[in-house]
Amino acid sequence: MPESDPMSAHPATPNGCQGTPRSFGNALPVLNEIRHALEKLVTTGEETRIDLSALPFGPGDLDRLTDWLGTGEVEATVDALGPTRVQETAIPGVWLVDYHNSEQQRLTLHIEVAPVPEILRPQPQDLADALNQLDARLEQETGTTPLSS
Amino acid sequence: MATPTRPDKTLGESLQDHGLSRRGFLKLCAATASMMALPASMVPRIAAALEQAKRPSVIWLSFQECTGCTESLTRSHAPTLENLILDMVSLDYHHTLQAASGEAAEAARLTAMEANAGEYLVIVDGSIPGPDANPGFSTVAGHSNYDILMETVEHAAAVIAVGTCAAFGGLPQAKPNPTGAMSVMDLVKDKPVINVSGCPPVPMVITGVLAHYLTFGRLPELDGYGRPMAFFGQSIHDRCYRRPFYDKGLFAERFDDRGAKEGWCLYRLGCKGPTTYNACATMKWNSGTSWPIESGHPCLGCSEPSFWDAGGFYEPVSVPLTANPGTTLLTAGAVGAVVGGTAASVAKHRVKKANADRQPVTVEALEKTL
Ligand code: SF4
Ligand code: SF4
Repeated sequence: MPESDPMSAHPATPNGCQGTPRSFGNALPVLNEIRHALEKLVTTGEETRIDLSALPFGPGDLDRLTDWLGTGEVEATVDALGPTRVQETAIPGVWLVDYHNSEQQRLTLHIEVAPVPEILRPQPQDLADALNQLDARLEQETGTTPLSS
Repeated sequence: MATPTRPDKTLGESLQDHGLSRRGFLKLCAATASMMALPASMVPRIAAALEQAKRPSVIWLSFQECTGCTESLTRSHAPTLENLILDMVSLDYHHTLQAASGEAAEAARLTAMEANAGEYLVIVDGSIPGPDANPGFSTVAGHSNYDILMETVEHAAAVIAVGTCAAFGGLPQAKPNPTGAMSVMDLVKDKPVINVSGCPPVPMVITGVLAHYLTFGRLPELDGYGRPMAFFGQSIHDRCYRRPFYDKGLFAERFDDRGAKEGWCLYRLGCKGPTTYNACATMKWNSGTSWPIESGHPCLGCSEPSFWDAGGFYEPVSVPLTANPGTTLLTAGAVGAVVGGTAASVAKHRVKKANADRQPVTVEALEKTL
């Protein structure tokens, strides 16, 4: 039991439940789960979502997990039913998807292990409508109906 | 709330009418999965089901209660209460929240019962003075809680008892139980009763149970006390982030000692986490900010029967049930019961009759039984 507790330091042993109120050791198992998910993505292409808001995190556990995962190159915000912030972690294929409502309260927080998180992709039904939408704009602009291919 | 007719549009259609994009809908489903304590992998199934879902009519009855449960519900942040009321359910009667009062309010309840006979949900908060108790202990519009409850549940699809008072008797039933308080399941025997206990219940659990009904059209799987397994399936102790300290035997002995400051286990300060089943450890309180144990206070066991009479709040529980908590839970008869409308016309007729039969509580009756 260390007497001095550097609150921000990573635990010397990953089993950080001894000592500081900031390291309850509940984040490490999630890293293992992410590893399994990543392995599945690489070998079979299967995607995984992990609901972080359903995990018994103590104060500091979530910060520790996001520290461990680091920050990648991609950051995006989706504006639908309030903001959803998407952040790539330093591990390619591992994303943090943070859903907020319009009052800025967190609805839920997911880890998504996928090439691209689902909320960033256009939904299949929207793609089906896309051609019609574009045609309508072309028609407005040129006054002629675009030839269908 | 004024027109208690069952809307025919599916939830998918009405959300599209509100201009919700498909990404917005996907997000709603992700939040709903979280709210129902279902794994994130269920999101596509939830999306498909919600698209087709119809809003159920809900009648909310408040009896011997402190309104804490409604306070809790109105602090549910996902979805917001407005979304919940307008989009997910048709809340046709709730005498604290509705604009109508007096006869108009009671008329709204009766109209909703007739229009949705066999299909509406009844939510109850508060315990009920039983049939043998003085009916005057608690009345609404001059009628005893018992009469109103029995009349309203008769043609309901299911009853949700919200809060420990409605689920188990709660504070009004604490010794010596001066009002003869009883729980909903003590009185309602021929309808599925779902207990959402807690004093008050976690707001997201109340909305989660409604969302489950809405999404899948049936009631969730229940434990031996009639509580949804998704939220009450694990003890506070099993999901507590302080558990590593319990396992190591590191306990706070006082509220200001080193252990308390270091965030050690609160067992010796009276924590009832080992014998309490609730969702606080993961869903947390105040929009996910924190929860009692994270704030340094032991769990009081508020979601368990007779928690008021279970010894001192600061006395350690005598037997920590850590070995196999699952063994205390039985499989309930109402598991996954499919609820649906039957014999609606017969039901409508009975609603009218019940209304005519019900007698207001008189001063004479009060004096006789006091
Ligand atoms: S006794 Fe209470 S504080 Fe200790 S681990 Fe169990 S639930 Fe948490
Ligand atoms: S921590 Fe215990 S007493 Fe507190 S709200 Fe949760 S179940 Fe109730």
